[in-house]
Amino acid sequence: MSTLTIATLPKDELLAPGHRMCQGCGAAIVMRHLLKALGKDIIIAHATGCVEVTTTLYPETAWRVPWIHVAFENAAAVASGIEAAVKALKRKGFINPDKKIKVVAIGGDGGTADIGLQALSGMLERGHDVLYVLYDNEAYMNTGIQRSGATPMYAWTTTTPAGKVWRGEWRRKKDMISIAVAHKIPYAATVNFAYITDFYAKIRKAAEIEGPTFIHAFSPCVPGWRYEPHLTVKIAKLAVQTGIWVNYEVEKGVFRVTTPVPKRLPVEEYLKLQGRFAHLTREEIERVQRMVDEDVDYINKLAGTTVIGPVERK
Amino acid sequence: MGALPGWRELPRGAAILEPGSSVRYKTSSWRVLKPVIDQERCIRCRICWTYCPEPAIHEIDKPYTAKSGRTYRVTYEIDYDYCKGCGICAEECPVKAITMVEEVR
Repeated sequence: MSTLTIATLPKDELLAPGHRMCQGCGAAIVMRHLLKALGKDIIIAHATGCVEVTTTLYPETAWRVPWIHVAFENAAAVASGIEAAVKALKRKGFINPDKKIKVVAIGGDGGTADIGLQALSGMLERGHDVLYVLYDNEAYMNTGIQRSGATPMYAWTTTTPAGKVWRGEWRRKKDMISIAVAHKIPYAATVNFAYITDFYAKIRKAAEIEGPTFIHAFSPCVPGWRYEPHLTVKIAKLAVQTGIWVNYEVEKGVFRVTTPVPKRLPVEEYLKLQGRFAHLTREEIERVQRMVDEDVDYINKLAGTTVIGPVERK
Repeated sequence: MGALPGWRELPRGAAILEPGSSVRYKTSSWRVLKPVIDQERCIRCRICWTYCPEPAIHEIDKPYTAKSGRTYRVTYEIDYDYCKGCGICAEECPVKAITMVEEVR
């Protein structure tokens, strides 16, 4: 696994083109590489959301693996059921008991942090052998950019507009990894496709571990974050370099940052590319910077050493 | 569009039985700018292929010898049936071998 480089990424395409995800969609990159990392022997339960709507316009599908669409709230519950069914079919001899079949649940931030949270909690608590993947584009993008529990502070959405009184979202982003880890699951990690080998390593690790595992994937959204479509990967990289997104994993309670950032860029570099933050004043940008600084301090405390360094101004 | 099938003719549960059938839908009409790869400049680093969201960049086992005499094992080609023209490939290319040109139809 340590020898994985861009040159050795699998060639098989398990997500077909012709899907209707937007020009430059970050979630499309997440899905494509998620499937490449996992391979063919999986069954996916997919919550309602952008990716579900845009990949399965009846009577066509972009998926080349078994895939079921479920309601907004129950991807984790359906995945639990599939996992139990696979187990029973193996026990009764309908499926070769040695065949490895990984059940995967996929949900967006709305389907995971808000609507599907209790189903997810139940799945993690019961200990199903399911990998849950949250692709986080930080709002309900498919229905027209309404805020979700994962929308970051100050982000403009259609339900948190930016004007004189309201300055976009005024609540902090929900920390989904901590919620998952609180269930004492064996593995949880954040991934960002700008760091693609780290992305693969974590997804494969999560799939190999028996029991419930949780992956939180950074997923930039062109129309919702209001940026030019060619900037998707650049924004993803800046998220890590500014420290607003940290690549880390929690394996059996042990916390480890996988992408150390010795010198951070000012968070403004990340914010200024996105129209959803265009209304921010200098003072508000400073406030976001202080928030990121606090989060980084917390991460460094958990890591026990300075893995994310101080901001270096140009 | 011709006559649609009745519900009795559809698979049970409206299941889609053909994997990856979305390939029948060409997304090329979404494109305003079109990426063009300069095979001479391309160093085959695979980054454009990695970050194409469609995927609409093919890695073809077709050797290519550049004028410098260097031979590459593979060639990257854009599938203009599916490319939506987002421009990530051109933005991320480390040697600027991909340019976005106006689409003429």
